[in-house]
Amino acid sequence: MSRGRFGKFGGQYVPETLMNELIRLEEQYNFYKKDPAFNAELTKLLNEYAGRPSRLYYAEKMTKDLGGAKIYLKREDLNHTGAHKINNCIGQVLLAKKMGKTRVIAETGAGQHGVATATVAALLGMECEVFMGKLDCERQRLNVYRMELLGAKVHPVESGTQVLKDAVNETMREWAGRVDDTHYVLGSVMGPHPFPTIVRDFQAVISREARQQILEAQGKLPDAVVACVGGGSNAMGMFYHFIGDEGVKLIGCEAAGRGIETGEHAATIADGSLGVFHGMKSLFCQNEYGQIKEVYSISAGLDYPGIGPEHAWLHDIGRAEYVPVTDDEAVEAFEYLARTEGIICAIESAHAVAQARKIAPLMSSDQSMIICLSGRGDKDVAAIARYRGIQISD
Amino acid sequence: MARRIKDAFAGGKAFIAFITAGDPNLAATEEYILEMERAGADLIEIGIPFSDPIAEGVVIQEADLRALKSGTTTDKIFDMVGRLRQKTDMPLVFMGYLNPVFHYGYERFFARCEECGISGIIIPDLPYEEKGECEAIAAAHGVDVISMIAPTSESRIRAIASEARGFLYVVSSMGVTGVRSEIKTDLASILSAIRKATDIPAAVGFGINTPEQAAKIAAICDGVIVGSAIVRIVAQYGTEAGPHIYEYVKRMKEALRP
Repeated sequence: MSRGRFGKFGGQYVPETLMNELIRLEEQYNFYKKDPAFNAELTKLLNEYAGRPSRLYYAEKMTKDLGGAKIYLKREDLNHTGAHKINNCIGQVLLAKKMGKTRVIAETGAGQHGVATATVAALLGMECEVFMGKLDCERQRLNVYRMELLGAKVHPVESGTQVLKDAVNETMREWAGRVDDTHYVLGSVMGPHPFPTIVRDFQAVISREARQQILEAQGKLPDAVVACVGGGSNAMGMFYHFIGDEGVKLIGCEAAGRGIETGEHAATIADGSLGVFHGMKSLFCQNEYGQIKEVYSISAGLDYPGIGPEHAWLHDIGRAEYVPVTDDEAVEAFEYLARTEGIICAIESAHAVAQARKIAPLMSSDQSMIICLSGRGDKDVAAIARYRGIQISD
Repeated sequence: MARRIKDAFAGGKAFIAFITAGDPNLAATEEYILEMERAGADLIEIGIPFSDPIAEGVVIQEADLRALKSGTTTDKIFDMVGRLRQKTDMPLVFMGYLNPVFHYGYERFFARCEECGISGIIIPDLPYEEKGECEAIAAAHGVDVISMIAPTSESRIRAIASEARGFLYVVSSMGVTGVRSEIKTDLASILSAIRKATDIPAAVGFGINTPEQAAKIAAICDGVIVGSAIVRIVAQYGTEAGPHIYEYVKRMKEALRP
């Protein structure tokens, strides 16, 4: 079997044109990840530019209000550009530069990964082009303009369903046409090997810090960590250093949209099946003939018909649990966190907050959990207002 | 008994024509395949439409969406090939992304291929490293999983070519399928590397659309593959494309004759 497997999941299902480039990427990554100079530069950028380490904040009011487990928030929303996405972008753009690339391309859904890629490209002096579904461009005009401010060229993708999966298709097509000087900064723990591993490693800084921070805070590991899952990069980063700690439950929250039973959702584990797409064998929302389904979530960042192969494997072996969270529950959690802790989080992260609200009251006060607050919610305010029937212009 | 891939290369340079099944509907596809045979095509690649064809340019992407919209499914494509087999024994292969094949079930899929005389399959998202996925099951049903070689393959050519079956699909250019005015890749050196590793036929595809291009490329390989140029005719004329496809394929095949 090929390289890059997590159990039966993963692999490299890409056109031949990209194979040598993926092999080269793997070799170069394996070299640089052990290179002290590369790691020193990476750490410096993460700390001084992105603002790491991110805080582990004890949410005392929320804890008291829910009356169960102690709740800690891992504040990835406080990173530069407002989400965990920057961790991966700094790593990959730096790697691309070391590999001699002069141009980076990326897909983006809501625009968070596109903004983070454009940001690091500006900092490191790389040319940057971002592919974004035409519908997403219309929904997130502010992020399109933000990327342009950062010097990136944004291509609205008009093929297919004009959303995130189509943006991934188009970025892969672009890459197959120009690999010599171009690196594809894939934004999640998905795609062909070595991307799921590279992105996970660059996001693992989240749990590396969180594990140490919670031990300092309370002298023992948490009973659960909770994170939202689309492709799954913040969840993989949040889970990774806790995988070996059997007492720590790993909980991923999928977007159940208007409810699993309505068919309008993006809950791959709840309703998907084994397939091969976007370069990987994993679980996907698809029809009886293996055509990829259109998915839906109020959160553009979770609106993806697949899940990273390592998550599919963690699910398969029973190490992590994946639960569906609806739009309604996420919006309520979004408002709840704002009112209770004074934090407006991303609607993606609100899916994790919603799950914590369900399970914390069932736990005892000597237990604890960490919620990965993967991003801040400024980008979502207009959409939440619309959801509540209030029109505000952005 | 349906003729096989090797028969397509037996009479000189092969003209290999691609068409997306179900665009604009399966009855039209059936008719167009027969027109292409009558016009001199040696082998037909029947495209199984996929929702997300990552190796295709916009022409075939749109054909796939039209085909799916018209209700085309893998089962209906097999039925169409079954009907076609009442009328022709010409060599036929499938071109399709892995997921619809995987989801249908490899055993079930390749058994049906055998039943209706499909002798090969081109799977653009199944590179050398992953062909173990279904190669043995396909072979058990007499179906060759056709390997591709790209301009970036370089050191991989030897391994790919030495294990290739049916014919080798040499990708002429970087990027995706689609008509190109110029092909810049050094095909001669790729083909010479292939020749050192295997004697199975090598056909070149991606970007070819004029008789002049076809003649020039055929001089250094065993056949040319044309897809987007044909699909573009279907897009333009819909269910009335028959005579236009016939004329085009006839002109292209003539350019390959000595």
